[in-house]
Amino acid sequence: MTECVECGAEVSLHEDLEVGEIVDCDTCGQELEVVDTEPPVLDRAPELDEDWGE
Amino acid sequence: MQIGILYSRIRKDEKLLLSELRERGHDVEKLDVRKLEFGVGDPPEGVADLDIVLDRCLATSRSRYATQFVDSYGVPVVNAPDTADLCADKAKTSIALDDAGVPTPETTVAFDTDSALSAIEEFGYPCVVKPVVGSWGRLMAKLESRSAAEAVLEHKATLGHYEHKVFYIQEFVEKPGRDIRVVALDGEPVAAMTRSADHWLTNAAKGAQTQEFELTPEVEALVEKASDAVGGGLLGVDLMETNAAQSAAEQSSGDEPRDPSYTVHEVNHTVEFKALNDCVDTDVPAAVVDWLEAKAETGVPA
Repeated sequence: MTECVECGAEVSLHEDLEVGEIVDCDTCGQELEVVDTEPPVLDRAPELDEDWGE
Repeated sequence: MQIGILYSRIRKDEKLLLSELRERGHDVEKLDVRKLEFGVGDPPEGVADLDIVLDRCLATSRSRYATQFVDSYGVPVVNAPDTADLCADKAKTSIALDDAGVPTPETTVAFDTDSALSAIEEFGYPCVVKPVVGSWGRLMAKLESRSAAEAVLEHKATLGHYEHKVFYIQEFVEKPGRDIRVVALDGEPVAAMTRSADHWLTNAAKGAQTQEFELTPEVEALVEKASDAVGGGLLGVDLMETNAAQSAAEQSSGDEPRDPSYTVHEVNHTVEFKALNDCVDTDVPAAVVDWLEAKAETGVPA
């Protein structure tokens, strides 16, 4: 568990967390980027740019 | 092996690959392109020693430039920058597919709203306008009338990035409510699925239903040809069946339905495969890593 930087709600995290992974806050819907895993640190995810895709 | 992964966002696809690589004992270097500085002639720290680099950038611009730089350092990179450059641009892909004799939807590019409207009228309605850069089905327009065409062209010309002023106009293919995605490694299919939806767009990213597709020799041959046309690599080749309506009519009238024909409408160079992996028996990330290991051993021309 760690805290959402947007709304402060607790965010539950998977065990196989990866730096660069995006998780959603179930409370406010903010996309959060995992910036560290030990311990888990979250930041607001960058907005998608126009040419993002596969 | 020392394997680098260029990325800026870790999706489930990248997690599957990372997990497979680590399980096999490889030393994985995650290369966050947002934090790297690519000097001309001078690689970022740690890059020069890598056996191979896999490009998994979501952003087209990052993918195109980062692979170009890695290639310039003499480090093998997949997919190759030329492939990324071709596949990132729908107009370039259309030319490459057509040059290689791969059936692809009839396409016209125009640079001015008047000439674009003229091209649209020649196609007739419905027809399709797509951005030359972009994916996940975003900003695609199915035009049903002249007034819709005029509105879309004006919006693109006024509000769009300069690339949206390249009007990429395509025939509307009456597909049978689905298209086909084949993930291939240097032209050899790994697995395939259909993507079905009531909507004319059948992207998995837009919620299309996925189901395993049994590859036929014709599809396999087309995938190989399409892959060769863009330089090979880890690719997602998208095809549509073109004579489904006639086939269904023949079947309902008791005649022998003709075999489906196909048209290749897209080749994706940073292909997402998680939806495919979920609906087929094949272990897609394992197949990708097998291929990556072989590439690293035999050497990719850098």
